[in-house]
Order: sequence, then C-alpha cells, then structure tokens
Amino acid sequence: MKLNVNGSTHEVDADPATPLLYVLRNDLELNAAKFGCGLGQCGACTVMVDGKAIFSCLTPILLLEGREIKTVEGLGTIDSPGPMQQAFIEEQAAQCGYCIPGMMMRAQALLQSKPDASDAEIQTTLEPNLCRCGTHMRILKAVKRARELMKTAAMAPASGERKV
Amino acid sequence: MNAPRFPNVTRRSLLLGTGALVVSFSLKDHAFAQEGELNVPAKPPEPVATGPKLPGSLADTPSLDAWIRIDADSSVTVYTGKAELGQGTKTSLRQIAAEELEVPPASINLITADTAITPDEGFTAGSQTVQNSGTAIRNAAAQVREILIQQASSKLQVPADQLKAQNGRIVGPDGKSIGYGEVVMTDMLHVDAQPKSKLKSPDAYEYIGKPFARVDIPAKVTGGPAYVQDMRLPGMLHARVVRPPSWFATLKDIDTASIKAMPGVVAVIRDGNFLAVAAEKEFQAVQAMRALTDLAEWEETPRLPNEQDLPAVLQKSESEQGVVAEAGGDFTGGITTFSAQFMRPYQMHASIGPSCSVAHLDNGTMTVWTHTQGVYPDRKAIAQMLGMPLDKVRCIHTEGSGCYGHNGADDAAGDAALIARALPGRPVKVQWMRDQEHLWEPYGPAMLTKVSASLDVSGKIVNWKYDLWSNTHSARPGSAGALLPGQLMASGFPPDKPVMNITPLGNGDRNAIPLYSIPNMRVLWHFVADMPVRVSSLRGLGAYANVFSIESFMDQLAKEAGADPVEFRLKHMEDPRARKVIATAVEAFNWSSDPMPEGRGRGFAFAKYKNHAAYLALAMEIDVDKETGKIRIPRIVSAVDCGEAVAPDNIRNQTEGGIIQSLSWTMYEEVNFDNTRIMSSDWSTYPILRFSAVPGTLDVHIVDNPGSPYLGVAEAAQGPTSAALANALANATGKRLYNLPFSPARVKATLGV
Repeated sequence: MKLNVNGSTHEVDADPATPLLYVLRNDLELNAAKFGCGLGQCGACTVMVDGKAIFSCLTPILLLEGREIKTVEGLGTIDSPGPMQQAFIEEQAAQCGYCIPGMMMRAQALLQSKPDASDAEIQTTLEPNLCRCGTHMRILKAVKRARELMKTAAMAPASGERKV
Repeated sequence: MNAPRFPNVTRRSLLLGTGALVVSFSLKDHAFAQEGELNVPAKPPEPVATGPKLPGSLADTPSLDAWIRIDADSSVTVYTGKAELGQGTKTSLRQIAAEELEVPPASINLITADTAITPDEGFTAGSQTVQNSGTAIRNAAAQVREILIQQASSKLQVPADQLKAQNGRIVGPDGKSIGYGEVVMTDMLHVDAQPKSKLKSPDAYEYIGKPFARVDIPAKVTGGPAYVQDMRLPGMLHARVVRPPSWFATLKDIDTASIKAMPGVVAVIRDGNFLAVAAEKEFQAVQAMRALTDLAEWEETPRLPNEQDLPAVLQKSESEQGVVAEAGGDFTGGITTFSAQFMRPYQMHASIGPSCSVAHLDNGTMTVWTHTQGVYPDRKAIAQMLGMPLDKVRCIHTEGSGCYGHNGADDAAGDAALIARALPGRPVKVQWMRDQEHLWEPYGPAMLTKVSASLDVSGKIVNWKYDLWSNTHSARPGSAGALLPGQLMASGFPPDKPVMNITPLGNGDRNAIPLYSIPNMRVLWHFVADMPVRVSSLRGLGAYANVFSIESFMDQLAKEAGADPVEFRLKHMEDPRARKVIATAVEAFNWSSDPMPEGRGRGFAFAKYKNHAAYLALAMEIDVDKETGKIRIPRIVSAVDCGEAVAPDNIRNQTEGGIIQSLSWTMYEEVNFDNTRIMSSDWSTYPILRFSAVPGTLDVHIVDNPGSPYLGVAEAAQGPTSAALANALANATGKRLYNLPFSPARVKATLGV
C-alpha cells in the first residue's frame, strides 16, 4: 500500500495491521518516532496525521492510506533545522533525548493549528507525553521559543526576508 | 566480609574529620574503586605499586596512548571508558581534552566505551565520569601537549619554554610553527603518565566552564541515528523474548511448531526458562511473541512478601549488621529525645525506551551493541554465559534511552547474545516490550530507617542513632548469574551472593552519616541479604532514602528546638562550602519563617552527595489541596557546588532533571505486587510525574570553584528534593509524612480530611 510521509509517497510492503511506528522505523528507516510502550501511555511514538498528533504505536497503517503523515524528519534537517528543532537546540532541551521527537510532534500539531497557544495550553497539551530524565522545564521553554520562531518563519516570506 | 577494604580509611576517621574529607582510593581493584557499589570477593586489597598515585582513571590505565591519539593529519582522538547516558559526557569530556590540547572541542573525535579499543573504566555510574575519566583525560592531554612541545623544540630548534600549543600547532616566538601531526612519531605517546601535569590555570580557560552546546542534541532532534534502537544492520533479524509471568516460574513442555509456522518467523529459542522468537520483520516478531506468550504454560510459586508489611519483613530478614559510623559513645546526654521511622518502597528506573540490544555472531566472534553502564563487566558476564573466551566477545556501548542505574540494559544484551548464538551470521536486535522493562528490571531496594536523637538545653544535637535496613544496592554483572538470561537458561547461573560492603563511597549506607557536627553518633546497616524481589542500583543508591530520613528529621528537631530549620542546620554545620551553598540557596529563595497562607508551606533540605561529592541545597514552596491530597509546587530554588564547573549548562540540566525525577519518585512511585506477581507493569499501574505536576519555576544556582577538583553532581539532587518536599508538606499542613511516596491518597489520609 501507499503511504504519504513527509510529503513523499512510499510504497510499503507490510501487513495492513502493522502499527505505523514499525513501518516508519524499519521500512522507511526513519529514526525519530520511538517505541516507548506500545500502549498509548507515553507519547514517544507521537507523529502527525493530517495535522493532528497521534500515537503511531497504536495506529495500523490500513487507516492511513491517502493521509498526510509527518514526522520530525519532516520538520527540517540537521543542517537546516526547522523552528521547532531550532528551539530545542537553542534551549538544550534534552538529556537522553529519547522522548523529545514525540514532544516536538505534539507541540508542532498544537502550534500549527493554534500559533498563539498560551503557556498553559502548551503545558496541558503535552500531558500525554512522558519524560523520565526530568527535562520538563526545558521542553516547555523550547516549545514556547518554537512558538515565536514559527511566527517569525511564517512572516519571513511576506516581508521578503528569510531567516538565516 | 572479613578483610577490611580500606585499611587506612575508616568511617570513624572520616567522621572525626568532618568537613575535610580526604579519601584515598589506592586500590588496584579498579572496578571497585570506580564505583564502590560492587560485590567484591572478600580478598585483601592489593595496594598500587610504589610511587605517587596517578590522577583519576590514569591510576588504572597509565599509558597516554590509551587515552589520546594524534594522527599524521593532526586529527585528535580521545578515548574514554565511560559512556554517554544522556548526561552530556560526549560534550564535557571534549571540553576538558580540548582545553589542555589546545584544539577546538568539535574537532576531537571521541570514542566511548568499547572493549576492543577504550580503557576499562568499570561502570559509568555514581556521578564519577568527569571526576575519574575527566581527570584522567585532562592530565593525559596536558602531558601529551608537553611531549608535543618537546618534540617541536628539537624540530624547530627553538627552546621548549618559548613554544606554546595553539589551535593544533606548536608555535614559536617568531611565528614559526609546526602542526601536531608533523611532530608525532610512532609510539611517542606509548609512555606512562606522570603523577604531576602542567595544567592550565583557570584564568586561561577557553572551554572549561564556558557555555558549550551538547554535541549529541542536533541529531536527536532531527531524526539522526542516535540509539541502539536505531541500528539497522544488513540481514538483521528482529527478536522478542517471552518472560515468565512471575519470578520463580518454570516453563512446562511446549510445542512451538505453530509459532515456527507463523509468517516471517525464523527461529523459536528455548533454553530452560528462557524463551524467545526471531523473525524477519519487527511486527512479525511482536505477533509471534504474543502467540508464544499465549501458548506457554508456567508453574508459578507465590514467594513475594506482603507489601503492606514491608517494614516488618525487612527487619525480620536481617542477616548481618554493619557499623557505618561510630563517634563518641555517650547516648545518655540531652534533655529530650525524639525518634522517627521512615520507609521507602521499591522503585524503578522505568526508562521511557525499553531495553534494547543488537548482537552478531560472526566467524566465532560475538559482537554486542549495548546501552550497558559497563562494557567490560558486561562482556565478562556474556562470555561466561555463552562459555566463550573473553577475547571472542566484544561489547560496544551504544546509547539507549535514559539510564539511571542498573536497568535492563545488561539483560537485553545477554538476551541478544543468547539468541544470536543460535543464529550465527545474522545480526539480531532484541527490543523489550514495556511490561518486560517494568516487571524485570532490577528495582531500587525498599528501605526502612529509624532515627533517634537528643537535644540539649541550648537546642543542640548531642547524640544521634541511625539504623537502616536494606538489601545491597548492587547486583551488577561481572558474572553470568547477574544476567536474567543467565539465570533463566537451563544451565541456570545463580545470582551472585549479596555482600555488605561498607566503604566511604556508600551503598545502602550512602549518605547515612549526617554531615552535621554531632559529638555522639552511631549508624548501623542492618543488612538484608535476600529478598524475593530483584534489586540493584538506582540513581543515588541509599542516598535517596537516607537523606530523606535525615533531612526530614532535622526539620523535626528544629521544630522541637524552636528554631528556624535553616538556622538549626547552620548551627550544626562547620564545612564552609556547605554553609556557602546553603546560604546561596536560602538567599536566592528569599527564605523566611514568616507565616504562609492556609495550605501553603516552604521546605528546605541539604546534602553533600556521598559526603564527598557535590554539595546541594534546595528550598521549595508548595500548595496542598486538602480535599484531594494533591501537591502543587509553585517554585523551587537550588544551589550546587561541584568544584570546578566544567559544563555549567549541563550541570543545570542534570540538576533540574534530578530534582524533577526525585519529585516523581517522592510523589508517585511505588512498585506494587501480590504474593506471586509484580503488578506495576506499565505507566497506568506505575504512574510517574507528568507535565501538569511540574514546578512553576525551577532555578539552579552554581557555586563555582575554578581550579578545585571535580565533584560528581548528576545524582546530588535525589535526596534533598524528597526531604524538602516532606518538610514543605509538614510546614503547610502541620502533619509529616514518613512513608514514601506522598500519593494524593496518602496525603489525604494523613491529613484526615
């Protein structure tokens, strides 16, 4: 079956019952989404489908044909990080870093649909995602910074300036 | 344990020297010296050969080329036996090496723990990476720099004292220069380190103590391969284990033909009570694991204690008693005596990513990629388990999800090796499932503590008795019996016999001696050798429960003495660095004894980790909702002194993390079990802190001491955080909680609402 991931279409040869997470990690060799619990309790596997945050460990690919799947790899690259990635680098918001891609995708889904989300909304939205190293304060700071960076990035083309 | 481990240093002598603790680890038994939490066979320590002790881990691996390599193209490679566990090692060690070698940190190729190429530095544990490996690399780098200058001197015909190292070159007064690569010669660095190095002075630092971004973060936030979970080798199979439903369960006969017939399944491996499946694709392995779980029948044995009864069970199970400290001997003084009892349940590491490992048996050599804390001990255990010679097993550290002590990493490595042995030529990745991590990792041991103390008429503590009941906090590999697969397989390696080790590094007794000046003191460890729950080291070991007990009790005594809790501590504290850290936290917090609104309280606590590592003081303000028992934390302020601060932002990151993790332990965490099975199998049955409970603000102030020795910091916050919360709770409600965790139900019950 065909899956649309980060703007490209991929032909995937897998049992339709396979959770999206395994297809992303093995068939498409994308590292960002992580296996944490397989139960929808920790959020390490969070990706976006049609702009909404979902648990990829629980979502079989049979539900996803024709839908837009986005992972951290779709937010930017190591040489040209997107605003969400840039914010996490600037705030040094990681310890082991294992939970971070899931955090980023849940935050991305919020800020894409609600660019002016309040601090409290950010905190509430991240509730499903667990961090064990205790990096919470920095994760919150990074998402707040991403909120500003995303606005700047959105405005840049209109004013004819590009963010370096 | 008959032989004394530290003939020249007794607990007594440490106590008498309060505040000026000098510990000499002149033992060649390096794995022990690394960490002090190992079960070491009872043999007398073998003193180092004559001569002064080399700094840090150079004492065990003195050759300079074991640490630093410079190639003809001037590229610099630094080797460490320590591992990146998310604590920033790859960054801080580069900063240290770069400082003395005069090259940019980013240009250094850093190789971490690998049994084929790096020094054996035991375990990455106990907040000792910068302290031991950092010290070794710093000194080795400085000595290499001086050797390069000497060599350049003869090549350039310029006296050495007129030359300096600068950005990868040796530069003379007239601008003449030569690259490092042009002066290196074969075996030039194959010399032993000298005891003294020409270290740069703090005012000349370019990298140490400067803001420096973590090198591993960009890949981690852009989907780069960063973890063992991200490894994909050609022809790699995916494996899953099927664990017994409970400890001591035995597997009945099983016909696995139906599993072998499932799509993609390559092998079903059974060896005694060890059961696993390997398949071409990961989800095929998961489906086969589920089917195999349904198929397997086990004989279970109810052997777990009643969890409601843990304090009594621990006391009943005492097998041995050890004196941790004794000073003075007069326990009759004082006008009033107070006592209390504290309890810490079993708690788990519970990393967000379950344990994972890749193993490959190729041409008779087993290579294992593992997120273990100790590649060398893990290799030894795996080699013994497989009956292979040590030199045919190679363990390579590859990052995993957060590591807070001895978790499932070594076991998963053992699983992978055992499965890969059955499938020679094909790499095998084993990924544990969530319930396997929760149910089978070794837990932080349950602990019971009892303390009593007397105050004199001036409100000073005149005597102090402290008793703790605990298992060992170390059951690490080294032997195959420390690995789950080693225990489960038919040949059944028995776990190592737990041994009580009382050393200055501390184990269950870590931080059991209060740092306060108390003339008459007695601290005992009631050692519990056996409990039917698997335990090992969890961040801080006994320090978490001991500091919780001591610092809770200090507040109680302060209240009895009618003193402010901070003032009361200072009255008993001589160590000037401790006083300074306390003063820094208190001032930043704006501490006072003024009354607070209903339901609000403030709490303070302090500890010097292990009594010889980082100093940490912490104050917090909390709100308690009496109706629900829920605790909110508007603000936390802490101050930390870890000697010379190499990577300040990393110290903050580690300390923030330690505080939040300790809040989670303290407010929520407890492993539950019935008489047969562990019940805490996932995040719903073992809840941890989520975003809704994070503090409003959390500030970490670093008290820097440039030029002074590095003091381990990564675990310093675990103890003080718990006690500060307990003290704030008592301050807010007038009621003290003695049993961890402070779950809403327990808070509500204690308040009697």
